Amino acid sequence: MKRDALRAVAMFVLIALLPLAGDSYWLRLGTTMLMYGVLAISWNFIGGMAGYPSFASAAFFGLGAYAGAVAQKLGAPMGFAWALAGAAALVFAAALGVALLRLRGHYFAIASLVVAEVLRELVNAATDLTGGGMGLNLPIPRLASIEGQAMFFFYAMLALAALAFAAMLAAMHSRLGFGLRCIQQNESAADMLGVNTTLYKVAAFMLSGVFVGVAGAIYASWVHYIEPPDVFDVLYSVKAIVMVLIGGAGSVFGPLFGAALFLSLEELVWRNYLQVHTGVLGLLIVLLVLFLPKGLISLRRRTA
Amino acid sequence: MSALLELAGVSRAFGGLRALSSVDLAVQRGEVVGLIGPNGAGKTTLVNVVTGVHRATSGRVRFDGEDVTRLRPYQAARRGIARTFQIVQPFSAMTVLENVTAAALFGGAARSIAEARAQAREQLAFVGLEQAADRRAGALTLAMRKRLELAKGLAMRPKLLLLDEVNAGLNAVEMDAALALIRGIAARGVTIVIIEHLMKVVLSLCSRIVVLHHGELIAAGKPSEIVKDARVVQAYLGRRYAEAQPAHG
Ligand SMILES: Nc1ncnc2c1ncn2[C@@H]1O[C@H](COP(=O)(O)OP(=O)(O)OP(=O)(O)O)[C@@H](O)[C@H]1O
Ligand SMILES: [Mg+2]
Repeated sequence: MKRDALRAVAMFVLIALLPLAGDSYWLRLGTTMLMYGVLAISWNFIGGMAGYPSFASAAFFGLGAYAGAVAQKLGAPMGFAWALAGAAALVFAAALGVALLRLRGHYFAIASLVVAEVLRELVNAATDLTGGGMGLNLPIPRLASIEGQAMFFFYAMLALAALAFAAMLAAMHSRLGFGLRCIQQNESAADMLGVNTTLYKVAAFMLSGVFVGVAGAIYASWVHYIEPPDVFDVLYSVKAIVMVLIGGAGSVFGPLFGAALFLSLEELVWRNYLQVHTGVLGLLIVLLVLFLPKGLISLRRRTA
Repeated sequence: MSALLELAGVSRAFGGLRALSSVDLAVQRGEVVGLIGPNGAGKTTLVNVVTGVHRATSGRVRFDGEDVTRLRPYQAARRGIARTFQIVQPFSAMTVLENVTAAALFGGAARSIAEARAQAREQLAFVGLEQAADRRAGALTLAMRKRLELAKGLAMRPKLLLLDEVNAGLNAVEMDAALALIRGIAARGVTIVIIEHLMKVVLSLCSRIVVLHHGELIAAGKPSEIVKDARVVQAYLGRRYAEAQPAHG
């Protein structure tokens, strides 16, 4: 655990130096990568560690984005709005978890997929508060320059990613992580051994929601304008899963690694093969998942 | 002192099927009770009802002076009821040591993972699996997996251990080792209910036998009485078995 923690600190320090090297393009890319990292790490709690294939990331992201945006619209300071978004996602995940985590496998996956759609409709309908389909403008932070703003949101996302990573590392080496591994392997046997499976699963789901909620709020402040189809986009759910699968489910560095790789692929493919974007990406993903079911991380272990 | 485990009028239905009907049973502390009966008699269902996997449709289960009828499995486990599975269910991708550590941590008294690991090592030594501690549980032979089940059960520091056909599928040598092990567990003061099809095993281990048939408890008593009980012979043992028994007792 100590070695992993040291490696992580080194990695995050390196990432923190990125603004020195790059222009605004790199800064934007870096912020997006860290946001993807948060999505992947978060999914790892429920999908990788507990083995429940959640598609709820988009729901947490959108909820966080709107909670943060509405709070700011009503006059809350930005930092407070972000914290509020995290709290909203946490509470929502707890309630949702109690209801949904009775379902297993495909049933759980489908139920969790529907949640974002339901939230999107609710936001659409609550026009007074959210602006409905018109979207919502956020106050532009009073920061000196455009670059200053970009830098600020990069470091905010970096801090969140580091926090999520630390939580994952701590969970993996704790009673919670151990219990979740038992659940992932054989839930009824875990239950019979004394693992409070409901409690552990809900805890994992809450952890998979809280950081994504904050990420959604930071994203909203970053781009100044959100609308339901943007922040409740099912692609957030799909990407989170794919990134973890590429990197290696349940492993420590897999999610971050998968996020970085996925974003690289996305950028590369998007810039060079504009027309075939989704197709090529999909194909790459299928190949990776087929031939490296335990993620690229497993290559290192194989050669080591 | 009251019985450790007490079932009063326990029934369990699956749809229209009465897997258990109105079973009364008391298991005293320190006993080794054999639970026998033909396939589908309801033996595993009884274990499932006691451990909270299935809830009794009617009737009460008391354990160690408390009503446990409505407990969830993890709660029953923490109160001191451990079981092995008829079809062994290890956490296949974990090591043998991790499997037993989980049992000690979640079902036992260990306060930390390190403490649980130390307790797990003790149990592995007791069942003779210390050499296999770092092997993947899924890669063990059947005999070893049965031992692993026992080690997990013991790591939970149970008051009551329910053994569901732990000897099925073992060869003669493995069986003798397993019997010695179960005797060792009983000698530690753990109360045992053992489900077993081989009468030889039941007779050599148990101080008392109860017989289930179509979900009903049709007989209970000393082994010597049970093998002569007309209903038991008819329902389960078969006439030839009764005739082969020497007429003592
Ligand atoms: N979860 C379940 N759902 C429906 N029916 C069940 C369930 N569990 C058991 N049964 C039925 O209840 C009856 C008793 O089954 P049980 O497994 O308790 O028998 P058993 O005595 O353990 O048999 P065996 O010796 O074959 O292990 C059987 O008819 C079985 O099909
Ligand atoms: Mg059975």
